Amino acid sequence: MIALLLRDLKLAMRAGGGFGLGLSFFLIVSVLVPFGVGPENALLARIAPGILWIGALLACLLSLDRIFALDWEDGSLDLLACAPLPLEAVAAIKALGHWITTGLPLTLAAPILGLLLQLPASGYLWLVLSLLIGTPALSVIGTFGAALTVGIKRGGLLLSLLVLPLYVPTLIFGAEVARRGAEGLSLGAPLLLLAGISLGVLAVLPFVSALVLRMNLR
Amino acid sequence: MLRVSDLAVARGGVPILSGVSFDVAAGEALVLRGPNGSGKTTLLRTLAGLQPPLAGAVSCAEDSIAYAAHSDGIKANLSVAENLAFWAAVFGTSGTQEALSAFDLTDLATRQAGALSAGQKRRLGLARLVVTGRPIWILDEPTVSLDASAVALFAGVIERHLTAGGAAVIATHIDLGLTARTLDVAPYKARAANLRADFDEGFL
Repeated sequence: MIALLLRDLKLAMRAGGGFGLGLSFFLIVSVLVPFGVGPENALLARIAPGILWIGALLACLLSLDRIFALDWEDGSLDLLACAPLPLEAVAAIKALGHWITTGLPLTLAAPILGLLLQLPASGYLWLVLSLLIGTPALSVIGTFGAALTVGIKRGGLLLSLLVLPLYVPTLIFGAEVARRGAEGLSLGAPLLLLAGISLGVLAVLPFVSALVLRMNLR
Repeated sequence: MLRVSDLAVARGGVPILSGVSFDVAAGEALVLRGPNGSGKTTLLRTLAGLQPPLAGAVSCAEDSIAYAAHSDGIKANLSVAENLAFWAAVFGTSGTQEALSAFDLTDLATRQAGALSAGQKRRLGLARLVVTGRPIWILDEPTVSLDASAVALFAGVIERHLTAGGAAVIATHIDLGLTARTLDVAPYKARAANLRADFDEGFL
């Protein structure tokens, strides 16, 4: 299992691996927003948590179709299915690899981009925390979508259509935590719900992903 | 070692072979023959457990099958040795060096797999079989893009595998020079009448 994770990370870091892709996209979106809505600080500060969350979500989406498609194309997915590794573990490891190469860098970069968007000082901790709790769910749900669309040529668009609705609860509660944190309100309920969603999909979706992978490999 | 009894397989919901039965003992190789589209690949995928049979059963010891498909599962951005080391780690074995030398890849070990020729890639894909350490090899057209000397090299590896108590089922169109039984799959062609009624590909 560790070998698969290390291989995926190594592949992501090397040329054409797409490691910086999501991060650069996140950066560009966050830089473009002030140009679009104008330099009014109060307005930017109010929309910053939401914009950062939407940016992170879309950046996450960008690299989803690589999770299984590359392995499917070169035949290693078939070989992995024959290997002593259960497909459930493969799905979980793939999601973890995606999170390490996408979700984690996005979480770490978010405070810097918050600066560009005039995020109030009280909001940084909660922004990072909400992303830290929420982005694993994005990766796991995305892995499920990637498993569903593996084998479909140019399945990226279909993947987005399938996955985006599933991202809605995470987005709602994630952005709510960041917003309430920035405004200094109490945030017990949305924080717990966000954590609940993440833990729930982490527990269930690797099994579902493995199931649909098996069906797609037939 | 591997027993197939009354197996029926389908591709894309259409049954293509039925009533296939054979045994492969330790130290024995079985060569599958048949024209293109006769179902050799589908049969081998079923043996490897990648798709369920329509009917019948494949029985062998658990985790004893290594499968080599048309595509080699090689990552172009990893070196030859890294590719093999990954599979060795997945299968929990060592012996990457032996596999490299068995297929004459030692000199290429540090080369990026993407820079290999088609035949060299194929050799790397076959070297993976040695690394798996599994007794039953299921090979689908293993000699594609191999030159004559590489084919001889490969036949030697198979022979050593068989002498060591392994077994192999090989779909191929060329003569590997092995003392192996031959099974022509053409007589097992399924009648088109028994289409599966519960097939749901149209929905998907």
